[in-house]
Amino acid sequence: MDFFVQLLINGISVGFLYGLSAMGFVMIFKSSSVLNFAHGELLAMGAFLFLALVTWAQLPILPAFLITLAGCFVLGFVVERLFLRPLIGEPLIFVIMLTVGLASMFKGILLLIFGGNLNTYPDFLPSFLGIQRGMINIPPVYTATLIIGLTFLAVFGLFFKYSSQGIYMRSVADNQKAALSLGVHVKLVFALSWAIAALVAGMSGIVLGIINGINVHDLSAIGLKVFPVVILGGLDSIGGAIIGGIIIGLLETFTGGYLSPSLRDVVPYIVLVFILLVKPYGLFGLKEIERV
Amino acid sequence: MENNILLQINNISVVYSDVIQVLKGVSLAVEKNHIVSLLGSNGAGKTTTLKAVSGLLKPENGKVTDGSIIYKGRNIQNQYPEFITRQGIIHVLEGRQPFKYLTVEENLKVGTATRWLKPHKDDLEMVYHYFPALVKRRKALAGYCSGGELQMIVMGRALMAHPELLLLDEPSLGLAPLVVKEIFEIIVKINEEQATTIILVEQNAGMALQIAHYGYVMENGKIVMEGSAADLVKNPDIKEFYLGVGVAGDLRSYRDVKSYRRRKRWL
Repeated sequence: MDFFVQLLINGISVGFLYGLSAMGFVMIFKSSSVLNFAHGELLAMGAFLFLALVTWAQLPILPAFLITLAGCFVLGFVVERLFLRPLIGEPLIFVIMLTVGLASMFKGILLLIFGGNLNTYPDFLPSFLGIQRGMINIPPVYTATLIIGLTFLAVFGLFFKYSSQGIYMRSVADNQKAALSLGVHVKLVFALSWAIAALVAGMSGIVLGIINGINVHDLSAIGLKVFPVVILGGLDSIGGAIIGGIIIGLLETFTGGYLSPSLRDVVPYIVLVFILLVKPYGLFGLKEIERV
Repeated sequence: MENNILLQINNISVVYSDVIQVLKGVSLAVEKNHIVSLLGSNGAGKTTTLKAVSGLLKPENGKVTDGSIIYKGRNIQNQYPEFITRQGIIHVLEGRQPFKYLTVEENLKVGTATRWLKPHKDDLEMVYHYFPALVKRRKALAGYCSGGELQMIVMGRALMAHPELLLLDEPSLGLAPLVVKEIFEIIVKINEEQATTIILVEQNAGMALQIAHYGYVMENGKIVMEGSAADLVKNPDIKEFYLGVGVAGDLRSYRDVKSYRRRKRWL
């Protein structure tokens, strides 16, 4: 029983993290229908920026964390402005290929500066965040993931539901032409969605870095794991991304724990295929509202 | 008199994708506080004219290649819609185009995008005053509203921006006659109470000419006739082709209409 609970908790926290990384991906897709293949590299950018600030610049943790988030936000904004805006109005496939190019570029830059070795953050999470009860052990980083993740979800949930800018962003995702006709700054909305996506990605990059260590290749590979998560949850549902992430996380840890660790990367995809057979739009994909 | 002109379109040509010419020299003038209706059959270029004014040609790869559009003494052809909407021109698109996954009230709130200070409450109240039917639907998703309600949403949304010039593209499309009547009454009310100038594109020529001050008739990308609404209603050609009443008030067979059509006065 303890083993089960332990796996459950691990699965949920890892999955939550997947969900968070997928959230940024969904946001870009929702507003501009672009599949961002550079998402894993955005994660890595966040993780390495934090690393640089903590180890090289010797900043305390909290300012370093905040500066990283701000830096990622700016990075997303700049990327959209420099690379994506000139392609507005071009066929989507060009834009998607561009993100593939961006991925290589970011990866190259990171390899150039930090090399391909495994780096680690100094241990900074306070130990009271860890929970030890009998055989069950929850490391501090999982608790921190849950807290940070829930905070992000709440903040963005409120932002999209109530703030004017959030409503404009949803309106662009909904009907771009109508939004344009009402004077919504569609380009600003695109830029903002990239900025927010990069911010969330950077945050998940840091947490992933704490768990697995920081390595360019590993982190950008997580970007690929985003795909089953978002396809499962529905490409255009932010809540679906979180749930999809948790499902994938649970499947991974349970197959790893009960069946065989070598199967843990495969089983989620098998389940994914079966779910998609039943629900082709993913679990929470937008159902087209049709007036009959 | 000259100072009363809010919008002046001088001989514009519009070309899509650098090859397809849709407008071939359209000129029209819109006086302040007037309702001007733009009539014509499908494909005449009415919607394109509106899009040329509102800047929405751009995302469709269309361009004003010739002539000028002057609004309040300023050239606005080929400007971005973000700029044009902030000058006070709001285009209500054909086919209603609501934000389906936003609630009615959120739809209305998007309408304030052009303004910095946003007293949502007063504006919402103003819109609900014109469209009381929306009040009890405010929390519903727009995607589940009826056609009449959708038309009210998109017009209300445009009103939230306090437009000086409102471009209405076929507000009566696919609505029941009674609802059309209601919508048109509201258009008149908006025009009178908010002092909003309106360009109304319509297939329903009878209704449109009843409420308009002035009218233009378009065909094949050109203006073929213009005049005050009262004159246009009396014009035998308009009666024949747009109002569906024969010269003597009798029904004609389709063949007669066709043979008559070749002798249209303005071609």
